[in-house]
Amino acid sequence: MGTVFSFDLRDPATAPVRRALKEAVAWLHHVDEVFSTYRPDSAISRLDRGEPAPERYAPEVAEVFALCGEVAHTTGGWFTHTPGGRLDPSGLVKGWAIERASRMLYEAGARNTCVNGGGDVQLRGEAAPGVPWRIGIAHPTRPGELAAVVTGRDLAVATSGTAERGAHVVDPHTGEPATALASLTLVGHGLTRTDAYATAAFAMGDGALDWVEARDGHEGLGITAAGEIWHTPGFPRATGAGP
Amino acid sequence: MRKAAVTTVSTVAGVILLLSLKPHQNPAPDTTASPPPSGTPGASSSSAPKEHKPSSGGASGTYTGSVINTSYGPVQVSVTLSHGRITTVKALRTPSDRPRSQQIAADAVPRLTQEALSAQSAHIDAVSGATYTSEGYARSLQSALDRAGV
Repeated sequence: MGTVFSFDLRDPATAPVRRALKEAVAWLHHVDEVFSTYRPDSAISRLDRGEPAPERYAPEVAEVFALCGEVAHTTGGWFTHTPGGRLDPSGLVKGWAIERASRMLYEAGARNTCVNGGGDVQLRGEAAPGVPWRIGIAHPTRPGELAAVVTGRDLAVATSGTAERGAHVVDPHTGEPATALASLTLVGHGLTRTDAYATAAFAMGDGALDWVEARDGHEGLGITAAGEIWHTPGFPRATGAGP
Repeated sequence: MRKAAVTTVSTVAGVILLLSLKPHQNPAPDTTASPPPSGTPGASSSSAPKEHKPSSGGASGTYTGSVINTSYGPVQVSVTLSHGRITTVKALRTPSDRPRSQQIAADAVPRLTQEALSAQSAHIDAVSGATYTSEGYARSLQSALDRAGV
């Protein structure tokens, strides 16, 4: 299964920005080659089989593993890069790759951008001068409807849910699929941690609200399997939307 | 079970990013060589923003993608290219075998079509979370682009 990435740039397309865009796309392909669990020849697949991975990838793999370790610690073990006993840092890698792609554009002068990888979004700046970004949160059980709209500047928005791929997040403590929540959206500043925390908080189920509330710099919106919607008090402008 | 595969649909990503390079209009003089956007910023538009980037040929014409079956029903798109650039994406087939299908067809597909063209709609800049038919949509679009050889 693949994920579609899109780049939405609201700044003038200068030559450096165009160049950075090409580099960002190449970067995502590179990440896929190194970290895809669906490619038997990726560094991650090799390491999972106990084989050596190419030396040149060592710094990136080490960086990702260090981040995974940090997030596992912060989440009290609710995030793991070895779900089901297999090496799989995907829950962190996608956000990490998008955040870096976003930074590549920023450093080239694109200050107002939206990088979206399968519904996990890193936003910089704003949608237009004086106009914040507006991100719809897909309703997990009502196709085509939005459960809320998040408005803001310089945000990372990540959603973990059962709607599209079924129960795919495993409770690392029991090994069973997490089913208490239908969807969990986390808003922070950097997508690396926001995405990984969303996965962890989704696995927490009923405990997610308290955990997210205790996290500085992150707000959450959860939709339970029963259809109830909750959000942390500081969730930026969560408003009802859609029919 | 894994959370997500980190793969890209390269052509789609490449095309989308080119089309999304829409300089917004601001009071400052535009110092780039880009032509002004063809529509009002934020407004939905049925045509892609004009691209001035030199293009050496590239495919032109309309190409039909494969029918992709999603859990919400079949999805099929066609793509019209002009010198290798997307000008139109049309949903030929949308999910229709469930009671909710019309709503899905009405809501999800047009929005996705709009996203592929401009990554922008009047009210929402992006959607986080379940994208439902997006996977099938992307695959059909990719197969159409494959047929176009871009």
